[in-house]
Amino acid sequence: MTLVKVYVTYKKSILDPQGEAITNAIHGMGFQDVNEVRMGKYFEISVDESSNTLKEDIEKICDNLLANPNMETYRYEFVDSEAVQ
Amino acid sequence: MKFAVIVFPGSNCDKVLYYAIKDGVKADVEMVDFRNDSLAGFDAVLIPGGFSYGDYLRSGAIAGHAPIIPAIKEMANAGKPVLGICNGFQILTEIGLLDGALIRNKNNRFICETVPLKVENDQTIFTSEYQQGETIMIPVAHGEGNYYCDDKTLARLKANHQIVFTYEDDINGSVDNIAGITNEKKNVLGMMPHPERALEELVGSADGLRMFQSVLKNHMDRVNQ
Repeated sequence: MTLVKVYVTYKKSILDPQGEAITNAIHGMGFQDVNEVRMGKYFEISVDESSNTLKEDIEKICDNLLANPNMETYRYEFVDSEAVQ
Repeated sequence: MKFAVIVFPGSNCDKVLYYAIKDGVKADVEMVDFRNDSLAGFDAVLIPGGFSYGDYLRSGAIAGHAPIIPAIKEMANAGKPVLGICNGFQILTEIGLLDGALIRNKNNRFICETVPLKVENDQTIFTSEYQQGETIMIPVAHGEGNYYCDDKTLARLKANHQIVFTYEDDINGSVDNIAGITNEKKNVLGMMPHPERALEELVGSADGLRMFQSVLKNHMDRVNQ
């Protein structure tokens, strides 16, 4: 079993109003040192067999569903899920 | 002329759209479930507003992989009218029939009000019953209607006159106040405002009716040629 961790974030050029609202709330908590919060999405994908095409498959899933390349970028990492447990 | 109104789980403007065709312009219309994989026999496709799949992942992202989508793409490629309103617009950008993306409103608020739009191109099958530069009053109801595209795409949209409607005021942060765009062939239109909610003066505006009249008239003109 392989665990794939995928992180999707807005491109730098994209406004992130949710991140701004969170930043304001953090300032309200008294943490004035926080400059900026950018909000993104995190996915854990568990895959049965680690096949030769796993990397390509994950990129297809990201490009066509998990991320919208018009406004988002993504990165991913593979983790041996046995080791995680 | 026969229209299809696509119904996804979470669509909520489908019945009003159905009414716009059936009683508004008195043409044939049928609701089509998202699990169908054919649109044979239809002359135009309407993708309604709402919250397909609860806006999970991104607005329109999951709907973009529904069984009906290849049939919608076929209709678009065949040059038939495809109109996506609100969530329908979001779906059309997600499946690549229209450029850009719709992101969260700049001020983080869900906007629900009737706003003035400017008709930027009256030379399309959707807008021929309007006047170039005319101001029309159409309701908006969205939280993620902030149209985004990169500079290169914007230049292409402008050069090819694909920007069809703009907001007269900056209500949501959209690039160049864009409210609606077409594809290059101009048979696919996506717009955040709801023309189907502006069919008669009784509800505040009848300006939306002419969009459906335009589509019907252009179809009949072509058939009768």
